[in-house]
Amino acid sequence: MNGLLAIWEALPYLLHGCLYTLIMVIGAMALGLAMGAPMAVGQVYGNRYLRASIGLYVWFFRGVPVLVLLFLFYFGLFTLLDLNLSAFKAATLVLGMSSAAYQSQIFRGAIQSLPRGQFRAASALGMSDFKAISTIVMPQALRLSIPAWSNEYSIVLKDSAVAFVLGVTEIMARTHFVASRTYEHLPLYVAAGGLYYILTWLGVKALLRLERKARIPGYHVH
Amino acid sequence: MTEPSFYLDQLIPALNRGLVVSLLLIAPAGSCGLILGIIVGSVRAVGGPVARRLADWYAGIFRGTPLVVQLFVLYFGLPNVGLYLEPYTAAVVGFILCSGAYHSEYIRGGLLSIKRGQRLAAQALGFSSFKTMLWIMIPQAARRALPGCGNEIIYLIKYSSLAYIITCIELTGEGKIIATKYFRFTEVFLVVGLYYLLLVTLATIGLGKLEKKLYIPGFGGARR
Amino acid sequence: MSGQNGPVLRVENICKELGGKQILNRVSFSVNKGELLVLVGPSGGGKSTLLQCINFLIPPDSGRVWLDGSEIKIGKKQDLYSFRRQVGMIFQDFNLFDHLNALENVSIALRKVKKWKRDDARERAMAELARVGLADKANLYPAELSGGQKQRVSIARALAMDPKVMLLDEPTSALDPELIGEVLSVIRDLAKGGMTMVMATHQIAFSRSLADGVLFMEDGEIVEQGPIGELLSADAQTRTRAFSAKLNELYEENGS
Repeated sequence: MNGLLAIWEALPYLLHGCLYTLIMVIGAMALGLAMGAPMAVGQVYGNRYLRASIGLYVWFFRGVPVLVLLFLFYFGLFTLLDLNLSAFKAATLVLGMSSAAYQSQIFRGAIQSLPRGQFRAASALGMSDFKAISTIVMPQALRLSIPAWSNEYSIVLKDSAVAFVLGVTEIMARTHFVASRTYEHLPLYVAAGGLYYILTWLGVKALLRLERKARIPGYHVH
Repeated sequence: MTEPSFYLDQLIPALNRGLVVSLLLIAPAGSCGLILGIIVGSVRAVGGPVARRLADWYAGIFRGTPLVVQLFVLYFGLPNVGLYLEPYTAAVVGFILCSGAYHSEYIRGGLLSIKRGQRLAAQALGFSSFKTMLWIMIPQAARRALPGCGNEIIYLIKYSSLAYIITCIELTGEGKIIATKYFRFTEVFLVVGLYYLLLVTLATIGLGKLEKKLYIPGFGGARR
Repeated sequence: MSGQNGPVLRVENICKELGGKQILNRVSFSVNKGELLVLVGPSGGGKSTLLQCINFLIPPDSGRVWLDGSEIKIGKKQDLYSFRRQVGMIFQDFNLFDHLNALENVSIALRKVKKWKRDDARERAMAELARVGLADKANLYPAELSGGQKQRVSIARALAMDPKVMLLDEPTSALDPELIGEVLSVIRDLAKGGMTMVMATHQIAFSRSLADGVLFMEDGEIVEQGPIGELLSADAQTRTRAFSAKLNELYEENGS
């Protein structure tokens, strides 16, 4: 069948696209974590102005669609600021900033679900706020966040497909390229869906293993 | 760079045109998607083994793949088998199928979370299976599923922007056209972003009000 | 009305196996109009399962059930639902509908199953709530009621359907001790009013003063049965008496 043949011949090319996709996603998740965790801390422990500004960031990046964010930053703001970022880097950056908004809420929820006594005990031992948060609160909050983080991974993975509108040579762009040459649209796009499905499954499994490794016997928070 | 006439004469009218299309995408997709989700979610929770597996597959596929791929399959792929959909139709169908899968997850969770005794009591009073579902199970499951389903509608408002990718020109599409024509990406897309923020914020407030209205004491999810 | 002279409820050779274990083994008994029949025995003896087999919430493997002389055939769903409407059931865990307030809990079956008009159902529901002493709690939700109040609402809910017989599955076992009395008081009123009832319970003292007959069940079989006075009399060498003596050590005497 022409369809299967087209998929088979395009497979190396598409798998190369998987690499771009994965790196984008991992980069975005990492950026989201690096920004989201401090934002969560700021929202829980910070003063009124800090909380308001973080709230504004979260409201904006959770309320505007990814497609619009990509257009806004890549064609608009980055050009305005004279940043000559490649489509790939720009997309990763935007996905990361967007994910940071969601991740901050995940971590915030986790921090707030911890008993207050944890922080108080640390303070009573003479720890500074910073030390208490970094050595006592965050390790627990991060553990609690792993399931939700795993969910966020699958969301970012799916959002990464939108990046093809900027010309990033990831899975969607490559599939589109092959499809317009071979006219085997249906099989190829279904195959692309399959690739995303597998990537989701692999990632979730890896995170499940991480959760198991990080598990502490008898530890659970209501 | 910021002449008012640009905004008032070109941008806003075009965006309003696009907004109408967006709303025409969101309204049917939101309602039909929810209904589909209720049906599929019910099958997944209390259906027979064969039906349940099919429903689980459907939900797994549409939750596990990007919406972009689903839209491409519907718009570019189906012509391969002779089915030609208009951009608008393909977009609405895609949105219904995708959001239906997510709604089914919340409905299923809601139904499964209901204590077994509720069904027993209904049966003991002589309720048929269908009436038990309709008057006892669904009202409770709906309240449990409300936050999740409400959030999915809010997501729908945002991902309606993807209709542009299959050439259905809604809010985002109109913005892209104007921005490209006048080379004013930052301003245009900031305004487009504001449009979406407005929609999303209104929907979030509406959802909060709905949750408060349906609140029943002691029923999971205390509202503060 | 058929079966005027015969028993209201008759059960013959009920068998049920669950998870490889024979929970009920050829259980048979009958109850006459206005009688209170009490099921006692150690936990796991099959009392709960028996009650739920009678109205087919748990379908028995074999056995037959007669209500007012006519046999219950569960081939047709409509017949089953119609049968259940005539049998009231009270659960150990109350099982009130969490999304409805007390009044709605009592009236919903009248409206949706018996197709009554809203106002008629409401009126009847208020009357039943008043009968169990909870007229002032009509607008409260289950989460706002105490255990004893919840159980009384569930009794009102069952009574609203005008059942021919009531099945009570350890109605006070899930209640705090101080709340048991109010529920037993309602049950006593029902018994005195002539309601036919089958009740599984650990409340021996209560049963002694009100019950007409007792069935002692152990390992899925009826080991002893008869009038309660006989089985519990001071010089009777019965298993029932031995078991009730053991219970009296554990439980305080309640409900007088």
